[in-house]
Amino acid sequence: MAKLHIALKVNGKPVEELVEPRTLLIHFLREQLRLTGPHIGCETTHCGACTVDLDGKSVKSCTVFAIQANGAEVLTIEGMAQSDGTLHPLQNAFREHHGLQCGFCTPGMITRAYRFLKENPNPTEDEIRHGISGNLCRCTGYQNIVKSIQAAAVELAGGQVKEAAE
Amino acid sequence: MIPGAFAYHRPKSVNEAVALLADLGEDARLLGGGHSLIPLMKLRLAAPAHLVDLAGISDLKGIRAEGSDVVIGASVTQHEIIGSDLLASKLPILRETALQIADPQVRYLGTLGGNVANGDPGNDMPAVMLALDASYHLVRKGGERKVAARSFYQGAYVTALKPGEILASIRIPAPPPKHGFAYEKLKRKIGDYATAAAAVILTWQGGKAGACAIGLTNVGDTPLFAEEAGRIITGSALDAAAVKRAVAAAEAITSPASDRRGTPHYRTKMAGVMLSRALVRAKSRAA
Repeated sequence: MAKLHIALKVNGKPVEELVEPRTLLIHFLREQLRLTGPHIGCETTHCGACTVDLDGKSVKSCTVFAIQANGAEVLTIEGMAQSDGTLHPLQNAFREHHGLQCGFCTPGMITRAYRFLKENPNPTEDEIRHGISGNLCRCTGYQNIVKSIQAAAVELAGGQVKEAAE
Repeated sequence: MIPGAFAYHRPKSVNEAVALLADLGEDARLLGGGHSLIPLMKLRLAAPAHLVDLAGISDLKGIRAEGSDVVIGASVTQHEIIGSDLLASKLPILRETALQIADPQVRYLGTLGGNVANGDPGNDMPAVMLALDASYHLVRKGGERKVAARSFYQGAYVTALKPGEILASIRIPAPPPKHGFAYEKLKRKIGDYATAAAAVILTWQGGKAGACAIGLTNVGDTPLFAEEAGRIITGSALDAAAVKRAVAAAEAITSPASDRRGTPHYRTKMAGVMLSRALVRAKSRAA
């Protein structure tokens, strides 16, 4: 099948590539762009390890064709830290609060939590648990993942809260 | 898992899409949110030669009020349903149902059109559409027609949708402003299909149910419109005897498969339990 040309932004950088229509976004990211942060877990739309942000939506990139991302903006775990290496508050919170054990689910957890906190900056614990219900973790029992996201929410809101108090 | 090869088409209008379907014939499948089709393609249970992506068709998007009806474009996602103020005020059962479908990532892409048109008896929205007496606007090359949800579902994955037709929108007559509603779903875990589920829409006046319509999910080859059960509740005070009779009438029309969610007997009984809970909750919300 003839390859198609796609142009998109990945982690803020313009990317132009040729893809087969059947190429899944996860394979495009990992094998063509060598962004191996998004992981392939179940390959059946359940586990969420392949979660990336696509035009402001959390998606399981194993269930999206790369061609569907033509013209889109994609954010993966590689795009979360600042260029000087400063970690995103979510990444920092996962480190500080031991929000991972083996780490396999972590890129998906963090990119999902990133979008979740954009939509709900001050969530309850229950809302967090529902917000990450498309991401499976087989190590932590989720306790510290939830704590990490709570801490990141406070950190991300921090500046605004201080300003409001003054 | 890598799907089979296909040619990709991205029409910009419904007319262009139905012309493509007419040309390509049965080798073509529509791509909406892709969350039913792509998993099947990865397993090679589906191997269409052509995919017609609906994402570029703006006419399939949007939620709007038209007179006393609400019209929802087929490409509207579950996520958009959850966030819609119009639906929250006129059809709150849609938000309640959408929140029980799959998980957040799937809801960002999964569409209402795909959910109701795929014919999967496990999908949640069809039973709600039966209870709401929705109708589906189907478009084909050179024509269009309207089919009531209550006559759309014919078997597992078999619907009134004909080759070459596209579901363009869903039209729902809005129930009275103070109606009661509930979608009760028993599932093993978040994201699972229903072991059994029940949708209830009712009005409540003078200590009695004014009108009541009931749909059931995943307890038969198709979503089920529990007409007799609704008739029993209509005009009743929702007393224990009426609920018992309605539950028995609903259970009588089920024919669930045996799967890892339970035996047919268990799932039939759970449909009854979901219905009785949905009735109580719908009444508590009706004014």
